[in-house]
Amino acid sequence: MKLTLWTYEGPPHVGAMRVATAMKDVHYVLHAPQGDTYADLLFTMIERRDERPPVTYTTFQARDLGADTAQLFQDAVQNAYERFKPKAMIVGASCTAELIQDDPGGLSEALNLPIPVIPLELPSYQRKENWGAAETFYYITKGLAAEPASTDVENLRPSCNLLGPTALGFRHRDDVHELTTLMHLLGVDVNVVAPWEATPDDVRRIPEADFNVVMYPEIADTTARWLKRTFNQPFTETVPIGVGATRRFIEEVATLTGIDPSAALAAGASRLPWYSRSIDSTYLTGKRVFIFGDASHVIAAARIAKEEMAFNVVGIGTYSREFARDVRALAREWDIEALITDDYLEVEEAVQALQPELVLGTQMERHIAKRLGIGCAVISAPVHVQDHPAAYSPQMGFEGANTIFDTWVHPLMMGLEEHLLGMFSEDFEFHNDARPSHLGGGARKAADEPAVVAEMADAVDGVSWTSDAEKTLSRIPFFVRGKARRNTETFAREKGIATITTETLYDAKAHFGR
Amino acid sequence: MSGASAVAAPLKPAQEILRQRGQREVFCGLTGIVWLHRKIQDAFFLVVGSRTCAHLIQSAAGVMIFAEPRFATAIIDERDLAGLADMNDELDREVQKLLARRPDIRTLFLVGSCPSEVIKLDLSRAAERLSAQFMPNVQVLNYSGSGIETTFTQGEDACLATLVEQMPHAGDKESLLVVGALADIVEDQFRDLFNGMGIDTVEFLPARKARELPAVGNKTRYLLAQPFLTETAMALDKRGAVRLKAPFPLGEQGTTAWLQAAADEWKVPQKTFDAVTGPGRNRARKGLVEYQEQLEGKKIFFFPDSQLEIPLARFLATELGMTLTEVGTPYLHREHLAEELAALPDGVQLSEGQDVDLQIDRCWEAEPDVVVCGLGLANPFEAQGMTTKWSIELLFTPVHGYEQAADCAELFARPLRRRQALAF
Ligand code: SF4
Repeated sequence: MKLTLWTYEGPPHVGAMRVATAMKDVHYVLHAPQGDTYADLLFTMIERRDERPPVTYTTFQARDLGADTAQLFQDAVQNAYERFKPKAMIVGASCTAELIQDDPGGLSEALNLPIPVIPLELPSYQRKENWGAAETFYYITKGLAAEPASTDVENLRPSCNLLGPTALGFRHRDDVHELTTLMHLLGVDVNVVAPWEATPDDVRRIPEADFNVVMYPEIADTTARWLKRTFNQPFTETVPIGVGATRRFIEEVATLTGIDPSAALAAGASRLPWYSRSIDSTYLTGKRVFIFGDASHVIAAARIAKEEMAFNVVGIGTYSREFARDVRALAREWDIEALITDDYLEVEEAVQALQPELVLGTQMERHIAKRLGIGCAVISAPVHVQDHPAAYSPQMGFEGANTIFDTWVHPLMMGLEEHLLGMFSEDFEFHNDARPSHLGGGARKAADEPAVVAEMADAVDGVSWTSDAEKTLSRIPFFVRGKARRNTETFAREKGIATITTETLYDAKAHFGR
Repeated sequence: MSGASAVAAPLKPAQEILRQRGQREVFCGLTGIVWLHRKIQDAFFLVVGSRTCAHLIQSAAGVMIFAEPRFATAIIDERDLAGLADMNDELDREVQKLLARRPDIRTLFLVGSCPSEVIKLDLSRAAERLSAQFMPNVQVLNYSGSGIETTFTQGEDACLATLVEQMPHAGDKESLLVVGALADIVEDQFRDLFNGMGIDTVEFLPARKARELPAVGNKTRYLLAQPFLTETAMALDKRGAVRLKAPFPLGEQGTTAWLQAAADEWKVPQKTFDAVTGPGRNRARKGLVEYQEQLEGKKIFFFPDSQLEIPLARFLATELGMTLTEVGTPYLHREHLAEELAALPDGVQLSEGQDVDLQIDRCWEAEPDVVVCGLGLANPFEAQGMTTKWSIELLFTPVHGYEQAADCAELFARPLRRRQALAF
């Protein structure tokens, strides 16, 4: 048993729903109690979908348990087939149905429906949403993909499939558009995008392409590996998020297809490199950043943060245990800690301890950062309704890099503003509790203050502050105050100083520099 | 015109009720935790369930406002199921950790879920065991919010029924008990009204603190403020309390008739009653005028959700002139709703339970101006040109009593105004 307050991922059948809802002409019959229908609102409210997810729930009740829940399931499958006329169905059990062991696969097979009915085995008590999505995509592809017709005349242009985008993903809709455009620029045809808006017939045609683009490894990796084993289709390894990654991705595609990438590399220049070099961005140098989310987005964001924004990445982490190894490897390379957890409180602790100036995370980190008065930008699912924007806002490709530059810089102080704050710390507008002026809202409320941080820091190894030193500390703008406090205490401990005076504070400042 | 007489019409013969069995599109009782944990301020709700249960509460809560809320889920995992770990030991350990971290908790609810019930994990014994361990600091109680036993608001019913068992004995003391979670501001308004009539001992269930429950006994008279409290009422009856028959305090007329039921029991002179309720009634009536213009003659269709559907339909029909098409409810308690049913206009199609696909078909046929439905259905309806009001808001917004009558009407009028205001 494990205590959970907020979860990063839903159960695996929600992953299956993300695949089914992204597709066309597919229907999912889920053996589940009525409460599980809440999952519909994830799609209709959070993603603002204008259709109900193609899911039928059996909604069995306690009184059915003694009777015939198997019959209930079969009726639901039969009725769903007749009402929605899908071209393929997937069937499975939610956590409760898993316990009553009705065998959705066998029961639906017995109905002899004239369409493929694909049973899902998603162990709810072991696995989670992304894994469920990956398995579902794999089962569907395995169940439908057909040997490509060998009589086809060789197509002159190379072609690929874009694999992994689902419903409720982070910017999947826009990433698909961005990569499709990029492929056209490269002279590569997009054969099938899946699961996003793919029909069962589209899935059948997947093996016809020359290679696969794994957009989101969390979802498409299992399928891409199976396609490679079965149809000898290679797949791309680079997730094209960030300028560097997009360039590497283009080179990778060029190697796979033998085409010349120079046109695409030249034509698709992003504004990020220039914006990042322009002098207004000087103030971004060395900003302390903490990054948390699914593994692929975290790794991509960490590279952008370090190599394309010149931030100081102080910690990275992921809730994707399946891909934890990759995150650990990167952390080791950079000599920082990797936090592998799905416990929200552990992430909060890490943020408090590291005191970053910017948090890049999910909706959870958005709340942590808000509570601690730290700027935050969202880089990964799970996200709330406001992170499904109306505007075209991809993460992938060169346009994605532009979006990323804008959204990450937004929560931070503007360069000049930061200077003014340092100079006039008690000015009524620029006083040291002011928030970035373009974010409005004036002073931060005392309640938002990371009081816990202060308490924790006070208790650290018995190092204490004189009231003068505290006062000086309070004059330091809030966004560097935490860092100043931590540096000073580290300095004091190293020097064996028990009481921190204003003098110590300035000594520490000289020691560490800015 | 007296509001009370408008609602206290003679009982009509039982309306025909449509009962279908198919997919139900309703939350389970765990959802109640979202408002109960705000209402009962010294309590913590620990769901013993699956990742699905944790995800449901999180999704129903919508936005995370609190870093560490007063609810959590103890997620059962494969080790528990495979018998590798003793589930009771595991639960005890998690509870211990939780209570150590949260010394502010005075009452801990162990909330049963579908998985805990299917594997027959005995939470009432666990609650006894843990109570013995942690009293007097923490009392541990349990109830079921599972989707195989409860729909949506029935979770609150189960929770309150458990609290009734904990209420101290009142002895011979007379009191009025108002039952069902209400917004604090509404509680205050009702208390003032009752006090004004000379009813001095007015208590509320749930109390703001679960460790300071009101007393109950043979001299307790209770008014249900919510229509979904079947089990709670039974538990109160068992303790000797007597239910005052009344419609529910929605709208000016509903509120008046509801207050009147207590006034009659306490033999409050009609003059006093009129004087105390007069200002509120006038404000409510005045507030409703502009909504009568907006809503009169508009057709409304209710999908089953909170069990508030019938009282709301009555309010919208009798006080605002809306036309009722189908009024669905997940469960219909004929006795508690007798006054409400009697006040419904003729020709209303009532339905209990659900086959959501068939009901959606009927909804399109009925061509309503407003559809009241859950969050899963609302946007798809809107996208096809239907105007909707999502029902969960009715639980999160103060709608009871005089001062909220117009707010309640506004909830239904706003979607219509919005559709009109938009140029496309
Ligand atoms: S319906 Fe059952 S399994 Fe689903 S969330 Fe509710 S209690 Fe949990």
